[in-house]
Amino acid sequence: MLRQALSVARKDLSIELRTKESLNASIAFAISILLLFSFAFDAVLQDTVNFAAGLLWLVVAFAGALVFNRGFARELPNECLDALLASPLSAASLVIGKALANLAMLLVVELVSLVVFGIFFNVHWTTHPLFLAILFLLATWGISLLGAVFGALTVNLRLRELMLPVIIYPVLVPLLIAAIEITNTLLSIQPVGATEFAWGKMLVVFDIVFTALAVFLADTILVN
Amino acid sequence: MREKVAIGLGTASALLLTYTLYQMFMVLSDEVLQGAIYRIMFFHVPAAMIGMIGFFVALTMSVLYLSSGHLRYDALAASIIEVSVIFATVNIVTGSIWARIIWGVWWVWDYRLTSQLVCILIFAGYLMMRRAIDEPTQRARLSAALCIFGCVDVVIVWKSIEWFRNNHPGPVLTFRTGGGTMDPSMEHVLYWNLLALLLLGIALVLVRTRQDDMAREIDSLRRLANASA
Amino acid sequence: MTGIIEIERLWKYHGDYAALRDCTLTIYEGSCCALLGRNGAGKTTLLRILAGLSPYQQGSVKLFGEKPRSDKARRQVGFLGHGIGVYEDLSARENLDFFAGISGVAQPRAVATSWLQRVGLERVAGMPVRQFSRGMRQRLALARAFLHAPKVLLLDEPFTSLDDRAIAMLSELLIESRQRGATIVLSTHQLREALAIASHVALVENGRLRYTGERTQEMLDDTGLLYRLHTELGAA
Repeated sequence: MLRQALSVARKDLSIELRTKESLNASIAFAISILLLFSFAFDAVLQDTVNFAAGLLWLVVAFAGALVFNRGFARELPNECLDALLASPLSAASLVIGKALANLAMLLVVELVSLVVFGIFFNVHWTTHPLFLAILFLLATWGISLLGAVFGALTVNLRLRELMLPVIIYPVLVPLLIAAIEITNTLLSIQPVGATEFAWGKMLVVFDIVFTALAVFLADTILVN
Repeated sequence: MREKVAIGLGTASALLLTYTLYQMFMVLSDEVLQGAIYRIMFFHVPAAMIGMIGFFVALTMSVLYLSSGHLRYDALAASIIEVSVIFATVNIVTGSIWARIIWGVWWVWDYRLTSQLVCILIFAGYLMMRRAIDEPTQRARLSAALCIFGCVDVVIVWKSIEWFRNNHPGPVLTFRTGGGTMDPSMEHVLYWNLLALLLLGIALVLVRTRQDDMAREIDSLRRLANASA
Repeated sequence: MTGIIEIERLWKYHGDYAALRDCTLTIYEGSCCALLGRNGAGKTTLLRILAGLSPYQQGSVKLFGEKPRSDKARRQVGFLGHGIGVYEDLSARENLDFFAGISGVAQPRAVATSWLQRVGLERVAGMPVRQFSRGMRQRLALARAFLHAPKVLLLDEPFTSLDDRAIAMLSELLIESRQRGATIVLSTHQLREALAIASHVALVENGRLRYTGERTQEMLDDTGLLYRLHTELGAA
């Protein structure tokens, strides 16, 4: 299944690299939001550290919506979704593949955001680089997976672009809280302690549980 | 038959509520620290419990639909979620009123209120999505899938927001008096009210499913008419 | 003869409307069944159910003895629907590489290359499909559907709006598939081409199967025969 999922991810990323639709839009969007935040919060040096973590993850969540909307919508022209579902590719591989593609794209957006954020708000991200990297992988996987699942859920609906954000954000609340809490600690001078590991464990549980649910319910969601 | 049950439950609920309201206002005295407003707890707490139970019963119905394919389970799940969302809303509205009286603010980021708000948003999304799908079978499948994701998330939401509040202490909505235990006479009224509201909730679900059943009956009559055409 | 496709008392609803009513049909290995009928009769719906793209409410549908969504069934099925099912932003080669990869063929790249040659697209293999002419897209779609040598071919109005070269290619592919023992179900309202290659016919009207049976010489000679005998159109 993983091999098929990787094929799907590779295909999606090839298309994305060629057209750069989602990437350009989400990066531009992310930078715009960061700019607006700078006015909203009047970035004075010592204050930014307090809300940098929250802002960053909000930017990722919002920019993510742009990426997720394209995810399954890309399969609609020429009825490619039908061709995929009629093929030996399992629905689960399709969803995981889409999630992997989402992951790659979101990681790029996050990287750009980190750099821009660091410049605009003078935030230092490099105090605990390894932990930050692991956190980003775990949290972004959760967001990407749910983006793929709910993208599949809404692909054939009338108001797809509206429904996807409405459904996904409440469900993402625990993941975003965990990510923000851990990032807060990583940015401050506090050492990484038991609390952070507890949140990390919650992230892992979130990822595992929802990945399992996605694999299990993929067929139900996609075959209509 | 179902109508009779619904009416029966509604009547029982009304009678019980009369009894509990009498108890609340005539028999029990004002609470020492909070004054008269503490009585809102008799609705606030049961509403939360019923809402939460409702979401998980709906989860069961969704799973039953996916395994059996009977649209009745989907109708039940949707009705229960509608009623549960109402109870959950009653929960946060009463909590908000209580907070206004006691602390002077309309909203406090208490972990329970916040979690309940997230749950309401999750299932409001569910109800919105249902309205966006016309075809009944597709609507049932997608709703069932979303309900499963939503309910699993509800568990994680409550835990995570509670932890968050542990790290960032804030106001806690509690109706416990002084020493942390509730006066037995109050507790007794609380449980009777819980029963009354539960009966009311079930009656509402029955009314809602009856509406859905009628809609489906009309559908199948239309099918029959089309088939013979 | 083994019944590769077994449909028993199938009902499919779209809301109030019964798209398929009480359909029963067995399609045998190696046969070619033409689904005939007007637009909206239910041919596409039936094909989509066989391809595992649509659930059904009542009855049973089996391919190779299993449900349409099973792995075994889908590995053996080639589907060509109304849409061409290829990605505009990828090249012909990339499209075929991808579909060959997910179809589980032994050497995807080699298979993709040989099919590009087969459908006459090897010189434009690197061009994005967006720049293809209509005929080129159709040939690419054929390659996509046939490249994993499926044992069952489900084709929804395959002859519609094909150019001559593509029609010739499709006919050749169909004959070749039948020679290797594949089973074909194709829907069409172009009677002549369909009846020429079909061994069996099934007439669909308003979701019901009005007639199923072997194709006879009579039908070939008089293409309107079935309609006159079995539908209201003829009764008038």
